[in-house]
Amino acid sequence: MSTQLLSLAIWVPILGALPVFALGSERRGLVRWLSLAVAVAGFLVTLPLYTGFDATLASMQFVEQAPWITRFNVQYLLGVDGISMPFILLNSLITVLVVLAGWEVIEEKQAQYMGAFLIMSGLMNGIFSALDGVLFYVFFEASLIPMYIIIGAWGGPNRVYAAIKFFLYTLLGSLLMLVALIWLFLESGGSFSILDWHQLRIGLTPQILIFIAFLVSFAVKVPMWPVHTWLPDAHVEAPTGGSVVLAAIALKLGAYGFVRFSLPIVPDASHYMAPFIISLSLIAVIYIGFVALVQTDMKKLIAYSSISHMGFVTLGFFIFNQIGIEGALVQMISHGFVSAAMFLCVGVMYDRMHSRMIADYGGVVNTMPKFAALFVFFAMANSGLPATSGFVGEFMVILGAIKFNFWVGFAAATTLILGAAYTLWMVKRVVFGDVGNAHVAELKDIGGRELLVLGLLAACVLAMGVYPFPFTEVMHSSVDNLLKHVAMSKLQ
Amino acid sequence: MLNNFVMPDLYPAAPEIFLLLMSFLVLFVDLAFGATQRWMAAMLTAVTLMGCAAITLAGVDGQTVLTFSGMFVDDLLSDFLKLLTYLAVIMMLIYSRRYLADRGLDKGEFYVLVLYATLGMMVMISAANLLTMYLGLELMSLSLYGLVAIDRDSPRATEAAMKYFVLGALASGLLLYGMSMIYGATGSLEIGGVAQALYHEQADKSVLVFGLAFLVAGVAFKLGLVPFHMWIPDVYHGAPTAVTMFIGSAPKLAAFAMALRLLVYALMGLAVEWQKMLLIMAVLSIGLGNLAAIAQTNIKRMLAYSAISHMGYMALGMMSGLVGGELDPFTAVNAYSSALYYTVAYVMMSLGAFGMVLLLSRAGYEAENLEDFKGLNQRSPWFAAMMLIIMFSMAGIPFFVGFFAKFAVLLAAIKAGYTTVAVIAVMFSLIGAFYYLRVVKLMYFDAPVDAAPIKAGLDLRVLLSLNGLAVAAFGLFPDALMTVCTTALIRSL
Repeated sequence: MSTQLLSLAIWVPILGALPVFALGSERRGLVRWLSLAVAVAGFLVTLPLYTGFDATLASMQFVEQAPWITRFNVQYLLGVDGISMPFILLNSLITVLVVLAGWEVIEEKQAQYMGAFLIMSGLMNGIFSALDGVLFYVFFEASLIPMYIIIGAWGGPNRVYAAIKFFLYTLLGSLLMLVALIWLFLESGGSFSILDWHQLRIGLTPQILIFIAFLVSFAVKVPMWPVHTWLPDAHVEAPTGGSVVLAAIALKLGAYGFVRFSLPIVPDASHYMAPFIISLSLIAVIYIGFVALVQTDMKKLIAYSSISHMGFVTLGFFIFNQIGIEGALVQMISHGFVSAAMFLCVGVMYDRMHSRMIADYGGVVNTMPKFAALFVFFAMANSGLPATSGFVGEFMVILGAIKFNFWVGFAAATTLILGAAYTLWMVKRVVFGDVGNAHVAELKDIGGRELLVLGLLAACVLAMGVYPFPFTEVMHSSVDNLLKHVAMSKLQ
Repeated sequence: MLNNFVMPDLYPAAPEIFLLLMSFLVLFVDLAFGATQRWMAAMLTAVTLMGCAAITLAGVDGQTVLTFSGMFVDDLLSDFLKLLTYLAVIMMLIYSRRYLADRGLDKGEFYVLVLYATLGMMVMISAANLLTMYLGLELMSLSLYGLVAIDRDSPRATEAAMKYFVLGALASGLLLYGMSMIYGATGSLEIGGVAQALYHEQADKSVLVFGLAFLVAGVAFKLGLVPFHMWIPDVYHGAPTAVTMFIGSAPKLAAFAMALRLLVYALMGLAVEWQKMLLIMAVLSIGLGNLAAIAQTNIKRMLAYSAISHMGYMALGMMSGLVGGELDPFTAVNAYSSALYYTVAYVMMSLGAFGMVLLLSRAGYEAENLEDFKGLNQRSPWFAAMMLIIMFSMAGIPFFVGFFAKFAVLLAAIKAGYTTVAVIAVMFSLIGAFYYLRVVKLMYFDAPVDAAPIKAGLDLRVLLSLNGLAVAAFGLFPDALMTVCTTALIRSL
């Protein structure tokens, strides 16, 4: 039983989506409750991954192995370590929230909407638990399909452009990765196991080429400056749930790819290319921070803020020290909560006003006090206020960066000012002040369902900010192990 | 003289003989009852194909048997390809039943021509001699020319048939000329004999390479590789959709067999030369096919260009068998079975895609424009999902069979050292993804233009669903089909 947990985490939501589709869009009540049941079941089966996890081990746990394509030695090989396990829980939790968030808002084709998210959730669990290169790739690319449909079918006015741009941009990256995976298969003498590849010795030139192939793939997904342009479009056009999943989980896939593939498989190239990645990360942190400052559309602002925060993550990975990498991982989880919450908050307002423009709001606190309290709290977390989860990750990465090089750390630290500036300025204009216009005056405060969703996220953000130990504890051994691989030259 | 005559072993050719005899029956039945009982010819055709399948299945023994003085071969590969051919033809008949009836095309001639084309393909698949190959090819091609023109009141179909005939005749001429050169250089028309002569290096290489160029041109024409692709868009567009579906499915299997028997079985000794030719044609096909498909508004034309690019990928596998002039059996099997796998996967997807076009067509209305797919998700979520599966599969997105086909081919190409070519190929498949995505966009993101309810028969609906699900199932569990392809190849080398 316990050995099948990862398969359950993947296939419960995917197979659960089928009856949801079958119900069709007529029986909305049933569709919602069934979707919720599937999402909750999907979350519950991931809980034993945390409770049964042995934090002292650096090796893969809950391993499942079965032959899949015998001719190419492709295996259905699953397993998690301290790096990937938290994301499976995060993903499954976010799926529950997304189902709740789409409860009343989605009026057309609700069964397909819910089903698409459930499938997406299963596929992403597959990405985080796949230990076979082809299996990883298959999940990685298949996850584009539901997201393409979600953006294109339930998105805003410019949704078709955004959906196609999203799809082609991410596909561009992953196709090069496929070539790299096949090359590694041949080089390793016929194995697609990622763990086998960790032991592989490769010359510097091929290492750099592989690194670049992976970089294109993961950089688009993260997204890193300058291949980030699909993200604001996708976020702005996507329905709230789509934005939440994109920001909270999909962006993490790219960053996760770096720690699972780039760093351990081609460490020499990683060191060689580190200054380049660090520069791109700092540009993302600082330049995109300024870009966020001038946005007039709330969703766009949060999208740019996501890019800036993800810059922190890539920075943390490529300074190659324990605190940096752990900080980056914490930042990833924290950003999963905070960005999800921010997009949900914007969604709450959008559902009522059908506008995302900052200028259309003002004085929301007067009509929606409960909501305003939560929104301000998440904004604080987004700008990295101590005692929220946003602070922990950023602080750890800055510490690591200063250890690596004072000026890199210094430049990274500017985010504390920039992040606070763009987030709080937006909050000031939207939430505080006098009631901006007649529409704002008519706003109704959030109901029980919205309060539940946002409250849950607030609890997570706070818990992680005050007591991050349970989150970092599970990572230690795995990060140690990762650093060992990174420190070891794998040149031939 | 007569006492020298030895009765050839007819058993290996039993399916062909059965089909031929039955085709006479279909002709007679049509003559006698065709005016009133049209279903009889169709039913009899289906029975014939199933009978062929039964005979072929009964004869599967993994042995390679030559008969008719070594002109005809029955091996595991030919059994496998023939079974797939019957399946594709039966599927085509079921898909197009209503379409043909609505347009008054379900005449006896249609079924007889389909049977003869099938016979031609079977002979091509089993050819062990250059002349047998040519006979099969001509039988298939001439039947197909007739089929394209079967709707004789349609000027577009007649024009397409004319183009197809003229270009096809030219290609046959090229092929025959190439064969004569090969014969001149090696003194043999038998595939085994040619291979022997090449192996012992008895033949004049310059004559061989000269002949090879013509041979490759003829093969490329049948596969539809650039620059011999010109007929494909016009014929796909002009022919009645049922015939387009026919041309786009089973003949690809026969063309694959032809390429394999001529290039690999007979002319492996010249692999270094023809691999270069295929390389250029593969890259051009993938490039032009994917680029030109973007500009199409007619889905049959779009699928035609898509077919060109798919055959380019197939050729990519075909040209990766020999690495650096050294023949390594493992690499070779890997490459050729990836090409076979690709062809099979493509035929499966192609049938499904044209099946969708037939599903949306009705009496007096050809749903052949991309616009007709608008809002399909609102008209029928189930079939929109099937089309989504087929489109993403063609684009090479997992978990569908098209991805694993591309994967196998890319793996073969990279293994053969064509990493740059593989990168070019994947970049063009990115471009290709755009037009498949556009179909999905039309179905899911747009409102329907054509709001008429879908009135297809139950048989079409069930078959199309099975077809779509098969594309998904062979993607989730790709192992079985891959193993079968590999086994068929290994046992027939």
